Amino acid sequence: MAQPSVVSQDGMLLAVLADEDTITGFLLAGVGNVDLRKKKNYLVVDSKTSPRAIEAAFKEFTSRDDIAVILISQQVAGQIRHIIEAHNKPIPAVLEIPSKDCPYDPSQDSLLTRVKHIAGFN
Amino acid sequence: MSTQNRLPVVPTVTVLTMMKARLVGATKGHALLKKKADALTMRFRQLLKEIIDAKENLGSTMKGSFFAYTEAQYAAGDNIKHTIMDNVDTAVVKVRGDLDNVAGVKIPKFESFVLPGETKMDLTGLGRGGQQLQSCRKAYLSAVELLVQLANLQTAFLTLDEALKVTNRRVNALENVVKPKLENTISYIKAELDELEREEFFRLKKVQKNKQKRTAADMAQAAQIAEAAAANGGDLQLPPFPGPGVQPPASSSLLYNKEDDLLF
Repeated sequence: MAQPSVVSQDGMLLAVLADEDTITGFLLAGVGNVDLRKKKNYLVVDSKTSPRAIEAAFKEFTSRDDIAVILISQQVAGQIRHIIEAHNKPIPAVLEIPSKDCPYDPSQDSLLTRVKHIAGFN
Repeated sequence: MSTQNRLPVVPTVTVLTMMKARLVGATKGHALLKKKADALTMRFRQLLKEIIDAKENLGSTMKGSFFAYTEAQYAAGDNIKHTIMDNVDTAVVKVRGDLDNVAGVKIPKFESFVLPGETKMDLTGLGRGGQQLQSCRKAYLSAVELLVQLANLQTAFLTLDEALKVTNRRVNALENVVKPKLENTISYIKAELDELEREEFFRLKKVQKNKQKRTAADMAQAAQIAEAAAANGGDLQLPPFPGPGVQPPASSSLLYNKEDDLLF
């Protein structure tokens, strides 16, 4: 509510933080965007990417006002869990997705655990 | 109890009317907020179920997309990854925002859409494995749609959660702080006014009693004087008049008894 709810008419972007294969799939679908200043809306995370770099990218995506949804693979989310927990604004929505080589584990999803806690079944 | 939990007011009738009006307002506001909280809770519960369903669904959908991607990779060769990465230009899949209104709470609503027109991705895999790539694309597009829907639910969840907290806090504040305080103030003012009335009544009674006592004493005095006069003369012999016989003796009349605290 506190967020500026005026959403631009020409559409907002999705941002992706995941491993290479997952990102390639999303890029193929047409999610990827590179603007004039060569700023990308996705970050390929591999074993060499430091948590600090992920953190910086996540913070950049949350502060950009043209991004509505951030998709983050669960593996990557696990590395910056504290920041994701601290993010409590409705826009952009942070969604945890399964990555290609790591099946989806519902018990690790911070939002889902909260939802289940409120709904009253664990 | 009532001295601590009440507003610092002067106990007068005007303030009492004011407090009563405020209590009516608080009661009405409380009822309205309660209704709002109920509406929000209803929507919230509905949402919780939908989120859980969608999240469980997510796993299988994503698995399908990953498999399609693996197929595409096998058909098109390993290099396809780099081709795709290089072909990224502007996004064709975007999210449109809208606002939904639940009991006065504005909830952002997302909807994904694909910009019309040809993109570079359409031609990706023209040499090898084009069909697999296109099916993979479709799989990912549907995954994106699902994800955006989920984002929708999640945003609504967070917004509603926040709104619900605020509303509940207000409801509780009205119910447990404001209303008791006003009620205490009203009862305090009423008690105080009653007390004043009793005091006033008692004072009036006291004045009346004093008056009666004084009249009785005067009467007794007058009677005594008359008796003394009677005893003096033996029979009915009046004291000598100062003037021609019109006036009664000065000592027997109350009119000449000058008492300074007699009001009439």
